[in-house]
Amino acid sequence: MDLVSLLKLNNPFGDDKRHAACAIFGMMNVSGELMPGEQVFAAMNNMHERGNGLGAGFAVYGLYPHMRDYYALHVMFTDVRGKTAAEELLRKSFVLEGSEPIPTRKTPGISAEPLLWRYFLAPLDTSLGEDGEQDLLMDMVLRLNTEVPDTFVFSCGKNMGVFKGVGYPDQIAHFYRLEDYSGYIWTAHSRFPTNSHAWWGGAHPFCLVDWSVVHNGEISSYGTNRAFLETLGYRCTLFTDTEVMAYAVDLLMRRQKMTPELFAKVVAPPFWEEIDAMAEPERTLHTALRVTYAGLLMNGPFAVVIANGEQMIALTDRIRLRPLTVAVRGDIFYVSSEEAAIRFVCPGVDAVWTPKGGVPVVGRLGLIPKPEHASDNVGVCVTACGGYRDAAQS
Amino acid sequence: MPRKASDFGIRSNRLPEYAVDRDYELCIGCGVCIRQCSFDVHYLDEDHDTVRSRSELCVGCHRCSALCPTRALAIKPNPAQYRAHGSWSGEHVKDINLQAETGGVVLTGSGNDKRAPVYWDNLLINASQVTNPSIDPLREPMELRTHLGARLDAVNIQAGSLDSRLPPTIPISTPIVFSALSYGAVSFQVQLALAQAAQELGTLWNTGEGGFHPRLREYGSNTIVQVASGRFGVDLDYLNSARMVEIKIGQGAKPGIGGHLAGEKVSKDVSATRMIPEGTDAISPAPQHDIYSIEDLRMLVFALKEATNYKVPVSVKIAAVHNAPAIASGMVRAGADVIAIDGFRGGTGAAPKVIRDNVGLPIEFALAAVDQRLRDEGIRNRVSIIAGGGVRNAADVVKAIALGADAVYVGTAALIAIGCTLCQKCYSGKCNWGIATQDPYLAKRVNPDIARRRLVNLVKGWSHEIKEMLGGMGINAIESLRSNRSQLRGIGLTAEELSILGVKPAGG
Ligand code: SF4
Ligand code: SF4
Repeated sequence: MDLVSLLKLNNPFGDDKRHAACAIFGMMNVSGELMPGEQVFAAMNNMHERGNGLGAGFAVYGLYPHMRDYYALHVMFTDVRGKTAAEELLRKSFVLEGSEPIPTRKTPGISAEPLLWRYFLAPLDTSLGEDGEQDLLMDMVLRLNTEVPDTFVFSCGKNMGVFKGVGYPDQIAHFYRLEDYSGYIWTAHSRFPTNSHAWWGGAHPFCLVDWSVVHNGEISSYGTNRAFLETLGYRCTLFTDTEVMAYAVDLLMRRQKMTPELFAKVVAPPFWEEIDAMAEPERTLHTALRVTYAGLLMNGPFAVVIANGEQMIALTDRIRLRPLTVAVRGDIFYVSSEEAAIRFVCPGVDAVWTPKGGVPVVGRLGLIPKPEHASDNVGVCVTACGGYRDAAQS
Repeated sequence: MPRKASDFGIRSNRLPEYAVDRDYELCIGCGVCIRQCSFDVHYLDEDHDTVRSRSELCVGCHRCSALCPTRALAIKPNPAQYRAHGSWSGEHVKDINLQAETGGVVLTGSGNDKRAPVYWDNLLINASQVTNPSIDPLREPMELRTHLGARLDAVNIQAGSLDSRLPPTIPISTPIVFSALSYGAVSFQVQLALAQAAQELGTLWNTGEGGFHPRLREYGSNTIVQVASGRFGVDLDYLNSARMVEIKIGQGAKPGIGGHLAGEKVSKDVSATRMIPEGTDAISPAPQHDIYSIEDLRMLVFALKEATNYKVPVSVKIAAVHNAPAIASGMVRAGADVIAIDGFRGGTGAAPKVIRDNVGLPIEFALAAVDQRLRDEGIRNRVSIIAGGGVRNAADVVKAIALGADAVYVGTAALIAIGCTLCQKCYSGKCNWGIATQDPYLAKRVNPDIARRRLVNLVKGWSHEIKEMLGGMGINAIESLRSNRSQLRGIGLTAEELSILGVKPAGG
């Protein structure tokens, strides 16, 4: 399999973009305490019907505490030739502090797995600063993915990593031995694509230097968004909505340092009617955002969970055409496509609510989100019995 | 005034184009047709007390048959046509005869009427099914507001508030703008209706190059004023009374040539508005004589920005020609905030027919190529693009935006809404529908109030249709359609045409 022609691989029928629906789930412990993934696996299992076995994955933050100062790179190779070439290219700009296979095990239903490898990298040039290092890494990942045969980098960032492949979430978790890891943020995804071959790189989460995106959506503005991002030098190689969403995250939050709240105002902006009714200086600010970033309005249904080492963000499109429910219990912030999955793994939530379209719900280290009672559809909090532990016992 | 064969002492042997068919059973001899026809077709035969017609003078504007109270008149193509011929059409024979009689240029008005491919008709629009929902514009918000002007690449936000100076942009409530129709070419009544309709709709109209009438200046915040090669009516006050200033380099109907408003049309009022002596010919040179290259354009753009204190966007309008992408790129770099591209099916008050029908490009190609080039160069976000020249309905608007336009210019469609029947005699000054004329007797046939209402209805109707199409695509803001070429498919197009338009074939 030649991974250089990603487009062919990812979009075998040459469609405008991939269509997919999905299950997404995320949980974050805002105290930074590491959690095993069992609740995440149980929740994803609970939403089994939202996927069709053609792709699933997990992003974990707090994954490599012992290597926290190095950029962790997860790479899939379809041939060892790719590995040699990739390492040669990597060594031009980075020191390879660690290099090992990603531990996996034989799993029923999982087949045709590529060679999965992870590296821990430090830039050769130590004077770049954080932004410079990240740009260098972005560039390297793009080159590895588009120029080096048989190679696809599917995760890069510090103290975090993505595990994904073709299968249902439980199979992928089993395959990657995810019970051996813990993290303070977990996000997960299960796909129901309608028009792509199953290939390992096509699964979510989608990751660009520390930031990961799991996405349930089909953005109707895809062509516009793509044209806008390409004008700014991004190269869309996968033809997916998730890719443009990830690039928007990279452009606005990583490079332009926007807050999640402002990011949401770009991709899911208020309607002009609402902007017109705002007081100054909000009106000018929102007008400026909409006019300047008109090409990044993500139109059509989407629900996303975006994370980096600091935060986990839940967001839907501005008219909420895809489901998303959030809940909190103590220090833990949950996001899920379905409320049932949260109730299943955490029967006694403190609060559960449906965020308004276009309004991000953000959990930050040290800061648990709260519902806006005025505008959010807050559900009834019952300390019901049941849940995944009981289900497992009975 | 156009010259007739008799002026040269040569008898015309051209066949009449139209035949006036009068049903004498119905004709009551009221003489309405006599009074309505400025081409002197109908007359009273006093000897027989009967109204008769000189069919050879008829231009086919249908004014008389529309107004005949008993519906006695039918204007038909003359059944006596030249012998059919595969390569010499009747039009060729007629034009040759006309030139053999006069030795002049064959003039025409309105837009190219040839069966030149209209690529809009080869493009099909997408709709959502199953994998994402369509949106019902009657139940959900659907936004058509568009901002015209330059945009920053990024905004700077410090501590939650804006820390960037934004270039001036103009919000319009729908992506439809009335294109340049100058006073002189059209009557005051028409301009008044356009200005009032633009204000009511929350969009813009364009004065064209004939100056800005003092009585219309109250509509300044909905007005684009033009600076063209003749510089008619341009002074500091002119520039500062409008919402946008447009440098007119060219026009789709007559790329590369100037204009000539005959002295007969330069009435007292036109002369005051254009700032030229009454009765003199108003000549617009072919080029702007201070723009012989791109850096000259930059100087004019910035001269206008200086003159207006950087408060209004400056647009540069060109005709769609072969190197439009490279020219457009230069225009952006020269500081244009808006670029207007006028395709070769665009209308005109007067143009040599050979130019109107043969010079320039279809807007669809020029637009797609310009949008792509600006994207390739990473400068598309800096400007707005207005596309014009043959936009006939809401679907054409949607297709233009999906090909990369921010908004469209409509001229001919607006005139049709007012009454124009595309007879193409605008250059004669005798427009029976009171549009392309300065004759007060004819001009008063346009009631500005009714014309305004018809224009408003048209644009509202199109806007509703655009919303329906957007909703069908699952899009609820017009900016998400811009350059969204995946919402289009081509049908009956060659691979090269598809690749220039940047769309896939239908079924693909
Ligand atoms: S020129 Fe117009 S008004 Fe005159 S006869 Fe012909 S159709 Fe009627
Ligand atoms: S504006 Fe008048 S003269 Fe010109 S085409 Fe229309 S009806 Fe004929």
